[in-house]
Amino acid sequence: MDNQELYQKIDEIIRAHDDDKPIVAILQDIQEEYRYLPREAFDYLSKKLGVSLAKIYSIATFYENFSLSPKGKYVIKICDGTACHVRKSIPILEALRKELGLSSEKSTTDDLMYTVETVSCLGACGLAPVLTVNDKVHPAMTPEKAIELLSELK
Amino acid sequence: MVIENRASMQKSRAAFLEQIDNQTKKIYVCGGTGCVAGGSMEIYERLKQLIEEKGVKCQVKLEKEEQGDHVGLKKSGCHGFCEMGPLLRIEPAKLLYLKVSIDDCEEIVEKSILGDEVIERLIYSRDDITYSVQEEIPFYKNQTRIVLEDCGQIDAESIEEYIAYGGYSSLEKCLFDITPDDIVKTISDSNLRGRGGGGFPAGRKWSQVKAQKDPEKYVVCNGDEGDPGAFMDRSIMEGDPHKMLEGMMIAGYASGAKEGYIYVRAEYPLAVQRLENAIADCHRYGLLGKNILGTDFEFDIYIVKGAGAFVCGEGSALTTSIEGDRGMPRVKPPRTVEHGLFGKPTLLNNVETFANVPIIIEKGADWYKTIGPVKSPGTKAFALTGNIVNTGLIEVPMGTTLRHIIFDVGGGVRGGKKFKAVQIGGPSGACLTEEHLDLPLDFDSLKKAGAMIGSGGLVVMDEDTCMVEVARFFMNFTQNESCGKCVPCREGTRRMLEILEKIVDGRGEMSDLDMLEELADTITSTALCGLGKTAANPVVSTLKYFRDEYEEHIRDKRCRTKTCQALKQIYIEKYHCKGCSLCSKVCPVGAISGKIKEAFEIDQSKCIKCGACLSSCKFKAIKEA
Repeated sequence: MDNQELYQKIDEIIRAHDDDKPIVAILQDIQEEYRYLPREAFDYLSKKLGVSLAKIYSIATFYENFSLSPKGKYVIKICDGTACHVRKSIPILEALRKELGLSSEKSTTDDLMYTVETVSCLGACGLAPVLTVNDKVHPAMTPEKAIELLSELK
Repeated sequence: MVIENRASMQKSRAAFLEQIDNQTKKIYVCGGTGCVAGGSMEIYERLKQLIEEKGVKCQVKLEKEEQGDHVGLKKSGCHGFCEMGPLLRIEPAKLLYLKVSIDDCEEIVEKSILGDEVIERLIYSRDDITYSVQEEIPFYKNQTRIVLEDCGQIDAESIEEYIAYGGYSSLEKCLFDITPDDIVKTISDSNLRGRGGGGFPAGRKWSQVKAQKDPEKYVVCNGDEGDPGAFMDRSIMEGDPHKMLEGMMIAGYASGAKEGYIYVRAEYPLAVQRLENAIADCHRYGLLGKNILGTDFEFDIYIVKGAGAFVCGEGSALTTSIEGDRGMPRVKPPRTVEHGLFGKPTLLNNVETFANVPIIIEKGADWYKTIGPVKSPGTKAFALTGNIVNTGLIEVPMGTTLRHIIFDVGGGVRGGKKFKAVQIGGPSGACLTEEHLDLPLDFDSLKKAGAMIGSGGLVVMDEDTCMVEVARFFMNFTQNESCGKCVPCREGTRRMLEILEKIVDGRGEMSDLDMLEELADTITSTALCGLGKTAANPVVSTLKYFRDEYEEHIRDKRCRTKTCQALKQIYIEKYHCKGCSLCSKVCPVGAISGKIKEAFEIDQSKCIKCGACLSSCKFKAIKEA
């Protein structure tokens, strides 16, 4: 990645926050831009905000939504909230992982096309089980429908 | 545009209402997360296009006045009947159309919008009775909708509609007719209790914050609805955001705070967007900012998005997270009312609590106490999910029985299965069984039964649900979400999870059950925050009511619901097997053997229970037990 471009983007994001330095919100914006938090962003942010690297790292690793490794073009989140769980969401997760050659340790395909992960409750329990592809909710899923969905994405 | 005083507020209200009254038909397309996922926004656009093609004017915003015949097209909040979405309501007939698809739009416009016909196939029917009027449907008829009254019957993106239907009149009353002391007294007298889970009296909190000497105070709204299986607060934020904002403003005025923060889960993008719109609209009309309605009152509200940490639903963790740090709870006292956000006195309530406030101010404490038990009055919104016929969002008076909720409102268990348990209160809550069906749901009765209302998620489970697996599921969740600050929660939940995993894997020992109870006891009495203290609840309650299932898993290595993979037995029914050998070919571990045209057999010591043979057999000779 071109670091200069990254730094410029970070400057923009910090400015948009009126120099208030809300670290969580800044990290959220960086992640929205790059779909993950690049390693280089930490050093730069630390210098720019005058906050220790450890502190920023501790915040980034605390919250579930932050990712330190690049994610796929399509981020598929299978809801494993209670309602989806009792309506059998795990077989969907397993089917997708099997299809894409992923596992609980390896959540992103090597070609950076797909990331498969679970999320605890999207609040769309009425439509359980659900999954989201880049935040679009797909209701009433089954393992078969999920595989079908994959082929639509390709 | 700024409304400068009370008189012009009332004038605007009348003007907006007149505009709504001038709409010959009002069409509400459900814009809740559920229906949007089902394609309701495409339906909205299609209806708009079709109506205009017919030469009828379609009013989508009240800002611009329309003359002559025109219909109003609105994006409403969640109707609650998510199972049947996408939903469409047409007034004045109060029609509710279910499972509307884009192909139905033309017929709907033709018959029900331009004409007055009812399209039979789109209305609800049950036991051979059809219900065209929304309020007659048993799912709605058996509810008491007060907080959610407008959800689904008002344009969620229009401050004008909210004002027209009497919105912000409670704020008006507070600013002009009564004093901050009166407000706090009304809230105290109403016995309103916090809807976030604990049921702490809101009035006491309000008066404590009001009594603080520090001139800088904050109002914080907890919209971090992290309990899996709960979406009441999301629906309020999406469907009627102004009600909650009005509640926050009143809290600000009463307590002397000038700023409010709403902490919303990042998983709720639509709620964030609706709230942002609503706040911008308030600024436009001068309902937020300086000199609100021409008075000295000054108030502003900011939105903070969470980043995915369940523990941030805890008060002190939430305020720390707003400050931009790791959201971890701290030791109390000092309590949030003295030392909250930025170290200042903070009035922290959840979404539903704030949404109750304008209603109580408008109708009075005495009226409020007539609903539900006097000690925990009012209504409660529940998210009804799991193995139930009518999943969705409901609101009933406090003290309603589970039986009424599950069978009358919810329509019973799906697929004619037998009711087994209901999980209430999320990961901090407990499982209740058939013997609790007549238990009144309010803060005190549930506490006696060892459960809690929590934020209000009700997950119904049928006979096919393995309770040990459910306990493992919740422990897995809590363990994942434990912030790691205190040892009992960090280490204790991990140990409990390990034991539960062992049991569902068929490696459990009887002594594990004692260890689970001991760990639960330690965590409950020594964890730092409320979430830690209640982390063991799902295990404790399932152990109490379903101990036999645990014992079966351990002693008989059997899962009666066939949920636990490792305890499954796959075998070949001798008489059905034709000896085709197909199963032995698909078996990945070579566990199946036999002679062609004779019955095959599975070597249980090699079988990994993958189920590949099950789907391969053309004669259905392979069975699971």
